[in-house]
Amino acid sequence: MTIATTATDLLRRHPSVLIGAAILCAIMVITAFAPWIATHDPMAIDPMVRLRGFSASHWLGTDALGRDVWSRAVYGGRVSLAVGLAVALFATSIGLAVGLVSGFNRVADAILMRVMDGLMAIPAILLAIALMAVARASVTTVIFAITVVEVPRVARLVRSVVLSIREQAYVEAATVVGSRFWRMLWRHVLPNTLAPVTVQATYICAAAILIESLLSFLGAGTPPEVPSWGNIMAEGRTYFQISPWLILAPGLFLATTVLAVNLMGDGLRDMLDPSIARRM
Amino acid sequence: MPETMPILEVANLVKQFPVRKGLFARAEDHVHAVDGVSFSVYPGETLGIVGESGCGKSTTARMIVKLVEPTSGTLRLDGEDITRHTAAEMWPHRRRVQFIFQDPYSSLNPRMSAGRIVGEPLENYGIASGAALADRVAPFFSRVGLRPEQMKNYPHEFSGGQRQRLGIARALALNPGLIVADEPVSALDVSVQAQVINLMMDLQAEYGLAYLFIAHDLAVVQHISHRVAVMYLGRIVEMAPKRDLFASPQHPYTETLLDAVPVPDPALRRAKNVLPGEVPSPIHRPAGCHFHPRCPHAEARCRVEAPEIREVRAGHFVACHLASPDS
Repeated sequence: MTIATTATDLLRRHPSVLIGAAILCAIMVITAFAPWIATHDPMAIDPMVRLRGFSASHWLGTDALGRDVWSRAVYGGRVSLAVGLAVALFATSIGLAVGLVSGFNRVADAILMRVMDGLMAIPAILLAIALMAVARASVTTVIFAITVVEVPRVARLVRSVVLSIREQAYVEAATVVGSRFWRMLWRHVLPNTLAPVTVQATYICAAAILIESLLSFLGAGTPPEVPSWGNIMAEGRTYFQISPWLILAPGLFLATTVLAVNLMGDGLRDMLDPSIARRM
Repeated sequence: MPETMPILEVANLVKQFPVRKGLFARAEDHVHAVDGVSFSVYPGETLGIVGESGCGKSTTARMIVKLVEPTSGTLRLDGEDITRHTAAEMWPHRRRVQFIFQDPYSSLNPRMSAGRIVGEPLENYGIASGAALADRVAPFFSRVGLRPEQMKNYPHEFSGGQRQRLGIARALALNPGLIVADEPVSALDVSVQAQVINLMMDLQAEYGLAYLFIAHDLAVVQHISHRVAVMYLGRIVEMAPKRDLFASPQHPYTETLLDAVPVPDPALRRAKNVLPGEVPSPIHRPAGCHFHPRCPHAEARCRVEAPEIREVRAGHFVACHLASPDS
């Protein structure tokens, strides 16, 4: 059995990974090529065509300032995806480091885990709003705030995985054959933590996209001049009853993206579960 | 044999695990896992240790390779005291004593190829690395009955017996003088058990290895061992050359263990001498001789006085008040 056939076989058994990845790729392509895919400048105000419905020139209608909703939704995806991916990357890297240190050092563990418990005790949204309140509203601040919220989840996961791996006989075996700390970490512990961490990263990506939208919706996230799914919906909320597409368009984009990321996460979880992999 | 220096000398080895009740409570009780065990292993010989589960045989094995820190007692490897060695101090000595694990599944990292698993000890001690590593590892694969092409395979592609062969190859890689084998065949099918034991005996003849062979099965130990020690509740109750122990067991516990060995001929089936009761808890052990509540010959003295282990015949040690030197 070669690696290639194993991979296609796995995908056949776990189609949700493929479906999720395909949807996510499509959305990423759409947002990455936004200047070509958008039909209008997302900022261009045209008071003559305020709150219009679907038409040939404005596919998803226009908002209260006459801006094209399709174009704004396409550009708005850039912020959502950037925040989702950046938070997933930063939160998993920092969480991985914190978790590894706590898994190996009891003193550091006691301190780090109390800090993580403290962070987790505050509801994620409130903590993010508080962090946004002390800093200037920008996409960077949003990424920072959501990362702070998500790090404890990864750290706790990695710590528990490290603690269980350290009990494994193959780690004892490595000790007996004279493997030093770094080789142990690099070769035996880290590769076996990557599967659960990868799965967790997808969930964090989905959560970050949602939290970003929520913060923007509440006016505590992305500044209003940058379109994002959250603040498009926030601005459209006022006119929801007369022009529902203002909320529907970005809402559907958001829901589809989060669904795609979660599908990938669930599929990866089943795929990377070592007890299933071992039965192959 | 006692003229040569033992490769491993264990004296009064003790391991107690604290039992904590409640969150902040101090240890109130101890599990007396190993309670003053002494023995020696000489180059090229196999000492078998048998006993029921929970008798401390695995803990003893794990203390020897420092996976568990002894509470007290001494461990000498080639005459050097390693009892209190830290991980760093122990590192150079690990080349001389290797370990075979009971579970051939969990003892191999599922994300490493077989070749890298067996090659890891060679890398650790700078014996070989990179491209040269495969050339050094291949002979070990052939030697344990695997094909060198299998080096690129992952553990899940091997059967249980093949996995244990990988474990043996890994233990062999550093050319140790002593291999501690913690129930190496108890997770395998009976037919595979015999193959693995025969392989271990061939390797012993070829490399002059000494084995400390842990098992709960006397039949397995009988085949491979030169001397056998029987453990009960953390103590060695009898230790003798194999022939001696099987022909004339002195301790009543050894007798019942021997009775429990299945006889393949139904005509020879003996009236089984089955022990009453259960193994007592290693936290609250019986006073006197630990075996007295289950012993058919127990006397008043056995209930109060713990028997010392003594030599009743040349090389035959027993911890029983009732064993007489002339029997």
